[in-house]
Amino acid sequence: MTLQHLPALQVVVPLLAAPLCALLRRPTLAWAWATLVSWAALVIAALILTQVLTTGPISYWIGNWQPPWGIEYRIDTISAFMLVLVTGIGAVVMPYARVSLAAELPADRLPWYYTMYLLCLAGLLGMTVTGDAFNVFVFMEIASLSSYVLIAMGPSRRALMAAYQYLILGTIGATFYIIGVGFLYLMTGTLNIADLAERLPLVENQRPIIVGLAFIAVGLSLKFALFPLHFWLPGAYAYAPSAAAAFMAATATKVAVYLLLRFFFTVFGEAYPLPDMAIPVIWIGLSVAGMILASVMAIYQDDVKRMLALSSVAQIGYITLGIGLDSEVGLTGSVVHLFNHGITKGALFLLVGGIALTTGTVTIASLSGIARRMPLTMAGIVIAGMSLIGIPGTAGFVSKWYLILGAIEEGWWWLAAVIVASSLLAVVYMGRILEAAYLRPAPPGQEAREMPLSMLIPAWILVIGCVWFGLDTDLTADIAGRAAHALLGRAP
Amino acid sequence: MHRESIPRVVTKLLFPFLLLFALYVQFHGELGAGGGFQAGVIVAATLILFGLIFGLRAAHLVAPPWIIETMIPLGVLIYGGVGVAGLLAGGNFLDYFVLDHDPVHGQERGIFWVEAGVLITVSSTMVAIYYAFAGRGR
Repeated sequence: MTLQHLPALQVVVPLLAAPLCALLRRPTLAWAWATLVSWAALVIAALILTQVLTTGPISYWIGNWQPPWGIEYRIDTISAFMLVLVTGIGAVVMPYARVSLAAELPADRLPWYYTMYLLCLAGLLGMTVTGDAFNVFVFMEIASLSSYVLIAMGPSRRALMAAYQYLILGTIGATFYIIGVGFLYLMTGTLNIADLAERLPLVENQRPIIVGLAFIAVGLSLKFALFPLHFWLPGAYAYAPSAAAAFMAATATKVAVYLLLRFFFTVFGEAYPLPDMAIPVIWIGLSVAGMILASVMAIYQDDVKRMLALSSVAQIGYITLGIGLDSEVGLTGSVVHLFNHGITKGALFLLVGGIALTTGTVTIASLSGIARRMPLTMAGIVIAGMSLIGIPGTAGFVSKWYLILGAIEEGWWWLAAVIVASSLLAVVYMGRILEAAYLRPAPPGQEAREMPLSMLIPAWILVIGCVWFGLDTDLTADIAGRAAHALLGRAP
Repeated sequence: MHRESIPRVVTKLLFPFLLLFALYVQFHGELGAGGGFQAGVIVAATLILFGLIFGLRAAHLVAPPWIIETMIPLGVLIYGGVGVAGLLAGGNFLDYFVLDHDPVHGQERGIFWVEAGVLITVSSTMVAIYYAFAGRGR
């Protein structure tokens, strides 16, 4: 009986845990509660994934109203995969959060932080499970509003400005999305995603549909910071509390990309193939620009968190590149990179957050000689950095391999060269960190200490994940391949 | 005697009627215009009027901040709890049909509690915003 309600529980448990968390008011109690809920959500997601892999997509009728009239929760391979990523990152970040947040926030704000975190988690999970385009908007607002608060709670006053910037651009993004959905509703009279996909062929080549697609694409691109629309991201991730930055960098943008895949392939795929809309050209152009320019900008950053955030913009470029390739191999690369980049960037933000615990803001200068003081942290950064660059044997290599294969399959050797070149830029900016930490002498009076085990272990779980998923691709690449296959509409 | 005796006396006179009107709007919601949100705003407006006339400290005695801060999540919990009740009664999440033997009564009962949750959260949130602004200068 409970198994059949898993899709609802996936969202309801964190959603209702949030107000309960607000009632607790004691920092440690609220933390324990939020951690428990995060792990419960991971268990639910794992159960859903095994169920989807064995018996196919799950459909759940909210309030027992039959779709397309009622709201339907619909989970297929890719959404189950995303659920595991989001809840997995949440479950790893929460044990880390206690010490890190206690150092960064005043004690009376901690219960509110955990409340907002649970709301954000519920929103992201809701965006993933729901099969209703308007319901997506509702959950998008839940996730966004709570993440503005999470960012604004950051230790420096600049966090407020960063949160405000994100608020404005995030709201524009969500509004564009809902305008686009409005256009689709106008022409088809339905909001259910599966129903939309069925009805769109009936209204082929109508201008409102194309305008709607444009609004949805731009709105979601703002949400996941596609290259020219990325201005909110570096500030937001640099000034948010470390635990929040790690959680959001690994999940929030990824879920927005997932939605884009949903609309591009599930909803529009059949009636409006992407190449007909000239989307691949624009998409590949922007992706390549992001991969190169954002990486170059990252090289010139002195604030390490900003550097990592700009590197995220570049990595988003890899993911959208796979979408632009519009082939099964390319798409597999995209989906696998959603996961691999999630754990890699999550690991890096957690490790840098550990350095921030003792040094405050983390600049290249403050890293001088820190490897001798924090050998385990820096070793983690080396391994996660290798995964970011895409060295064979790490998770990052797997996704880039698929992307390069996808490019070669199209006969675009120049694109394969661009992917490699952009990876070399990652060598440069990660190299700056490592050069400072390992080769420069420590300034006198440096007091950095290894971070406590409660932070080190979660960070290292993700670091080990970077290697594990580089060597064993059964879980990631296989599921991503099946998801890509299903998205392109060739019998699941 | 206070200088502003007219607003004070009128506020005291209006206070119960405003709350009664809020309850009317609350329970009339399923039949006509109204509902939890509107009723919540009226309850909050009543308290804010009280605070404006008699001062923030008096308002804090009538509605202590900790109660207000508890009510905000409580209303959300009631709202979500109705959905969970449907789950426990053997239906899907948010299924109100199973809340009573008669499905129509079940829907009615579900909506009643949802509106109650909305009333609690909306009224307390509005008052909390007022408290936050009014308390800033001190």
